[in-house]
Amino acid sequence: MKKNTRMAALSFGAAALGLIAASTAALADGELRLYNWSNYFSPDLLAKFEADTGTKVTIDSYASEEDLLAKLQAGGAGYDVIFPGTTTLGVMVKEGLLEKIDVNKMENFANVLPAHQTIAGDESREYSAPYMWGTTGFTYDPAMVPGGSMAESWEAIFKPADELKGKIAMLNEMSDVWNAGAYYLGISKCTEDPAEAQQILDLLMAQKPDVKLYSNDGTIDRMVAGEVAVHMQWNGAAHRVKAKKPEAVYVYPQEGTTFWTDAMAVPKGAPNLENAKTFINWMMEPENAAAASNYTGYSNAIKGSGEFLKDDLKADPAVNTPEEFGDRLRAYEACSEKSRDLRERVWTKLKS
Amino acid sequence: MKLERRRSFANLLLIGPAALAIIIFMVVPLAMMAWISVQARSYGGGVHWGELTGEAWLRFLFERELDDSLTISFNYLSIIARSVWLSLITTVLSLAVGFPTAFFMATRGRRWRTLLVFMVTLPFWTNLLVRNYAWILILRDHGTINGLLLSLGIIDQPLPLLHNQFAVAVGLTYSFLPFMVLPIYSSLEKIDLRLVEAAFDLYADRWRVLRKIIVPLAVPGIVAGSILVFIPSLGSYVTPELLGGGKTLMVGNLIGHQFGAARNWPFGAALGLFLLALVLLAMTLYALRGRGPEASR
Repeated sequence: MKKNTRMAALSFGAAALGLIAASTAALADGELRLYNWSNYFSPDLLAKFEADTGTKVTIDSYASEEDLLAKLQAGGAGYDVIFPGTTTLGVMVKEGLLEKIDVNKMENFANVLPAHQTIAGDESREYSAPYMWGTTGFTYDPAMVPGGSMAESWEAIFKPADELKGKIAMLNEMSDVWNAGAYYLGISKCTEDPAEAQQILDLLMAQKPDVKLYSNDGTIDRMVAGEVAVHMQWNGAAHRVKAKKPEAVYVYPQEGTTFWTDAMAVPKGAPNLENAKTFINWMMEPENAAAASNYTGYSNAIKGSGEFLKDDLKADPAVNTPEEFGDRLRAYEACSEKSRDLRERVWTKLKS
Repeated sequence: MKLERRRSFANLLLIGPAALAIIIFMVVPLAMMAWISVQARSYGGGVHWGELTGEAWLRFLFERELDDSLTISFNYLSIIARSVWLSLITTVLSLAVGFPTAFFMATRGRRWRTLLVFMVTLPFWTNLLVRNYAWILILRDHGTINGLLLSLGIIDQPLPLLHNQFAVAVGLTYSFLPFMVLPIYSSLEKIDLRLVEAAFDLYADRWRVLRKIIVPLAVPGIVAGSILVFIPSLGSYVTPELLGGGKTLMVGNLIGHQFGAARNWPFGAALGLFLLALVLLAMTLYALRGRGPEASR
């Protein structure tokens, strides 16, 4: 009996070893390993890349950028392409966690919209290419709002009409809420002035009794079920609210709305560096970028991708930002440590 | 002599693996936390190793003002105080619900009892996260309770049941109730029923029997249950996050925030250690109190 188990263990170990050997062999030829948010890359597009290039692609997913950063800081994990947001991208470049792949010299880089040809933290696009981008505004249900419409201003949710009190949901995201407050008050979001931070805190504290909840989860259901009349929201989520509640309106507040960008980058020591470069260049083709947008519901940054978009995406101003709102979009800025510390203290005071 | 030495060697061998596990999985991580809590913070997450500072510990009580002077501030202490308060409420509620339940269980027949114990543990088959989401469905504006009351015409506006401290207390009580029921049940089950009969024979009424016989005999179970409910409540993360609506933090969420969005590892580590110290202090006080009467006996 004992002998049997030992034999079993031995053969299991041998099998495991065999598996490792097999996978290293596969790594050596035509493989690409992506590390991305879940539900953020189209399986069809993946199949297309495999067919176009003969490369075998696998995807692992992470739940938060902290996971991604921690894994990279712990020393690569054998991934070839990762999809960090702007904050994380900046940290990664600074800490030397990324491979310099000279995206700006790639064949398809000319397809990138001018506004996205540079990004805070990677100004000359040596390390990263844009993947998806979106905005943070708010969505409302005209049926639940006095007069059937709301002003295109943060004022509408920071100083709500009496009928809306207790029917407002905010995102539970420190930087988005802080930024909105800063835009509304006309303060720089990277302010280092405690008096200005105090103004933002006062604004948020005054609004708090009227806020039903702060949450990032279930924002779509909450709007569809009519639990709240207004929800601070990301535009992709707003698009999906409209799928079930077509009358819902997504607002780009006139004081400014943050647009965030998720990038594609290659971690240091990626096992398939050349394939990773091929992939990133391939993703900057209009048709492929459009396919990615069709799946995620967010905008891409590639010129000429519009004609390949699904009609409902093209028709939705929440996703396809109208020209006239262009000057309301505010790019991410890498704030100083002092400013970030202020922001964090405001957030804690808000929640204590 | 020789035999004794051999025996102590054998003891060492037997204790060894457990001690090793404790050192690797408890002492070392705690030491790491203590060490991290006195490092300078790195704004990208992590710490600047070797730059020692007490900044993280200062944050508990003080805040840096605009001219970098320190002023006293109770932001963080108030979050900790709220956690303690909510955990106490949870413990009292669990006791109020758990004691009658355990009493009912302990007074059934043998076959019934097995089934009832099984039923109390049944919720653990489902993930805590899922059970908390279920409470959202029950408590929300058009959820089970409000829906029922509205359709019966008892209320005409939904009651604010979700996204407040009430919801957190309900969720915590529900989550940890079995930890209260089972210890009380196990001490009630052992009660010698002849004592109860004797009390009745001596003309004690039901209330007196409960107060003078049953409760005193159930004290070990009540105490164990209270500890088992209070401690996990204090560190809870999921329930306040989901049911509290993100309006009020508990210390578990504050710690999570420090390691996540705020990227302030030293302060997170300091908070974690503080929470641990709080629990240890409470346990030590309890242990000392428990020993007191015995020593004097």
